[in-house]
Amino acid sequence: MAEPPLKDPAPADDAGEAEPRPGRKRKPIGWSMLTIAVLVVVSAALVWRRDGIDGVLEILTHDLLLFGGILPRVLAGCLLGAFIAEILPHEKVSRSLGPESGLKGLLIGTAFGAILPGGPFTAYPVAAALLTVGADFGATIAMVVSWTLIGYGRAIAWELPIMGTDFTLWRIVISLPIPVLAGALGRFVFVRIYPKGAPE
Amino acid sequence: MNAALIIDITLWGSVLAVGYMAFRRGGAVLKSSLREGTLDFINIVPRIALGVIGSGYIAAVIPAEVITGWLGPNSGWLGVLTAVIAGAATPGGPVVGFSIGAVALKVGGGTPQVIAYVVAWALFAFQRLILWEIPFMPARFVWFRAAVSVPFPFLAAAIAMAIGKP
Repeated sequence: MAEPPLKDPAPADDAGEAEPRPGRKRKPIGWSMLTIAVLVVVSAALVWRRDGIDGVLEILTHDLLLFGGILPRVLAGCLLGAFIAEILPHEKVSRSLGPESGLKGLLIGTAFGAILPGGPFTAYPVAAALLTVGADFGATIAMVVSWTLIGYGRAIAWELPIMGTDFTLWRIVISLPIPVLAGALGRFVFVRIYPKGAPE
Repeated sequence: MNAALIIDITLWGSVLAVGYMAFRRGGAVLKSSLREGTLDFINIVPRIALGVIGSGYIAAVIPAEVITGWLGPNSGWLGVLTAVIAGAATPGGPVVGFSIGAVALKVGGGTPQVIAYVVAWALFAFQRLILWEIPFMPARFVWFRAAVSVPFPFLAAAIAMAIGKP
């Protein structure tokens, strides 16, 4: 067959969402959630077979407590992201964190990620807000990577007590250059994949 | 507990500070951002419920020895590669990731390998990408960021090997 394969028609999942909504688009439950749900059910079944119902309940109680503790912080993170998206001046952000912001933009992103309080519940909504108001992939990558590698929140709360001071400090020192490098690599790749700017 | 309290105070302090700045822009701005934030929250809670409540089970069925056994001090670059894959595959929250790292150190894991493990886990643990990053951010950005992050655990291990532990 010399005929080129037919292109699949674009999925029409936008059709039902004709109603325009201001702000970010929210995603329905997708395959990723289903994958995790299946993994969780299978794992819970394995725990049940190994440890009986007590083992299942013990983990459930522990994780429910954890969830209850995290919930207010998730709310705080969502509000933080929404406020930041609203108050940050778009032109200023795209000048200091946009594609033309150079090394300075990557450094600002890194500094921002390093001082950002809270956990994933703050970092990701705020990063999404930055993207919305004009930061480019590179600066946002620098921010997310900086938060995850040199941010103090996780290091103080978890890494220091579990891994010890020596390892943690050593690991952070080694990680210092990574956010800027990751942001620079991100920009380098981005302009080659999307020469005409981000598709939206 | 103390660290958690400090984190909560800075967190809610920041929320109040930016909330006040939004309020200064006018009631409509405050109202619409409160609405956006609350809708995000409602949308995200089921995903986080599944992640937090479910990850305990996933972590419980993955034996830590399987991961730590691969990270010995003489495992070299193969050990680093294994560490990166293990970091990406580690389920659960920070307690699980760091505990496995700590066990690996205790049973004689090499520092460069454990650093590669922790950095890889921090950068692109698969479960965190799916449960935390994708719900909040454009999926394209998340995969892009994960992809450009791949070299950096190796870089961190290389630096650790070159300098040696102080």
